[in-house]
Amino acid sequence: MSGFLQHVVDAVALGSLYALTALGIGLIFGVMRLINFAHGDFIMVGAFSLVVPSSAATSTLLIGAWPAPLLVAGVCAVVIALALATERLAFRPVRRADPAVLLITSFAVSFFLQHAVIAIHGGRPKSANIWPNLMEPIVIAGVRMPQLQLITIVVTLGLLAALALFLKRTDIGVAMRAASEDFQTARLLGIRANYVIATAFAISGLLAAVVSLLYVAQTSVLSFQMGVPLVLFAFVATVVGGMGSLAGAVLGGFVVGVGSVFFQVVLPAAWRSNRDVWVYALVLLILLFRPAGLIKTKASEEKA
Amino acid sequence: MAGPRTPLKWLETYSTPIALTLILVGVVGLTWASGAAVFAQTVTDTLIRIMLVVGLYIFIGNSGVLAFGHIAFTLIGAYGTAWLTLSVFKKSFALKLPLILAEHQYAVFPSAIAAALLASLVALVVGVPIMRLSGIAAAIASLAVLGMFHTFYNNWSGWTMGAATLPGLPLYVDMWVALGWVAFALFVAFAYQRSRFGLALRATREDEFGARAAGINIARQRLIAFVLSAFFMGLAGVLHAHFLGSIAVKSFWLGLTFTSLAMLIIGGQRSLTGAVTGAVVISGITEVLRQMEGGFTLGGVTLALPLGSQELGIALVMLLVLIFRPAGLTGGRELAFRLGRRRRADA
Repeated sequence: MSGFLQHVVDAVALGSLYALTALGIGLIFGVMRLINFAHGDFIMVGAFSLVVPSSAATSTLLIGAWPAPLLVAGVCAVVIALALATERLAFRPVRRADPAVLLITSFAVSFFLQHAVIAIHGGRPKSANIWPNLMEPIVIAGVRMPQLQLITIVVTLGLLAALALFLKRTDIGVAMRAASEDFQTARLLGIRANYVIATAFAISGLLAAVVSLLYVAQTSVLSFQMGVPLVLFAFVATVVGGMGSLAGAVLGGFVVGVGSVFFQVVLPAAWRSNRDVWVYALVLLILLFRPAGLIKTKASEEKA
Repeated sequence: MAGPRTPLKWLETYSTPIALTLILVGVVGLTWASGAAVFAQTVTDTLIRIMLVVGLYIFIGNSGVLAFGHIAFTLIGAYGTAWLTLSVFKKSFALKLPLILAEHQYAVFPSAIAAALLASLVALVVGVPIMRLSGIAAAIASLAVLGMFHTFYNNWSGWTMGAATLPGLPLYVDMWVALGWVAFALFVAFAYQRSRFGLALRATREDEFGARAAGINIARQRLIAFVLSAFFMGLAGVLHAHFLGSIAVKSFWLGLTFTSLAMLIIGGQRSLTGAVTGAVVISGITEVLRQMEGGFTLGGVTLALPLGSQELGIALVMLLVLIFRPAGLTGGRELAFRLGRRRRADA
């Protein structure tokens, strides 16, 4: 029984990371039809901001050595600044281009960020040990639970609730929803495009920063490609959930996360290293039966 | 559309691949005449990249649908030819293959075709669900296909040696062999794009709903291009494998996906000439930056660019092209010539 609960917590925690990543991608897709491949690199840069930039083999903590509230604020500030900078420098000039060009642009931004990090930090993985005591399990009702996984779930639920409130209750939140519904009409009604898009990028950066903290707390490893698997699964999650639907992105994230842990548990040991193959195959299977994803939206019917 | 009637007309109709091939023959010829082995390597490498980008172009250029998974077919082609052409002795200690592969060593030419056909076959199977998706969803789903094959080949040790490098492939690809295959690819790509299938697909690119109203089955047309393009992506993998003599799963991943897409977009994804131009320009820039990473002398001082400058440079060039010339360097135009007297422009 406790083994089963353990797997459920693992699955939901992994799903939480994918859901937060997918949400960051989904928000920006909503307002500007950009699928941001560089989102994974926002996560990666957030993680690298924990250590002193140098190409030395051993790493020294920089922001990572600060007390927890400052550490969180510092990483969030770095990633939000980065998200806003990429929007201003790379995505704004091509904003009117079609989604394919936007996607390619984000690919170029991603490639650029990864190799900028290689140039600064060197290509080898580094270690960054933040909050090691979170790895210790805690006992709830006689069941040993991994503390970090529970925190991940709680933080995710909190962020989802806060975001939902933000989108429903604040003016800018309503403006963002209007812009995802129909950007042109929203502009005609007086919504400021630059403001809405910049806000979307800032929130997306915030989500990326949180993911990078939760992820590094778990793995303690920094690598210039660390964002790639996260962003790949988040991409897949947005497609499975239904392009353009925020609820779909979250749902897709949990489907992919739970699917990964499920395959990890049920596959025979010899096949386990191929787990991701099964996750991708599951995705293709879902798309075969529901080409528009689990939650259908107007945006998913866009012209190719 | 009727085929060209006279030989002269044929030359004109196919002037794009003819002109492109002649230019490439000129470059290869000059390199051969100069006898510089280093240049020969660079030229062969560029030709393989042209093959890769032409393969991408057949699908992306004609359909207007971005696909991020094509490098999976290159991976399949590269390992496919390895299973066929490695010597029996090498296979026996490196791989665990079924007897028909393990006990024979096949000739390189039929193996190249077989490996490319294998890539096409895989494209046919995965293409059926993917081609039903809308543009962006298709792009992401094709990325899932690449992720799937990447993970699988990385762990399929009996056939691929897993993450390790598989060495010892016959080295038969020099610049002339690569040139021959590239010329073949250029003619096939061009013949396809002016065939009724190519035209139907291009119609769906320009106006999806209009094309559908005209009775074009979009999913089927995309699938045809997908399978054809996988053939040449597979061939590029074959050439890569027999040029370097060794292959590793990790070289067919996002880096190659990005550079090959960058070449297509920078050259201009809407024309065959654009595909070739992009491959040549980016290979040129990469080569210069590579030299500079290795160190260069400027006014008596030896300088070296930091590691990663190659990729940073390409990403920057790509961003600049996307911002200032979104249709690519060629803007979708084809290189073409006319013979004999001038006629009215094509209807």
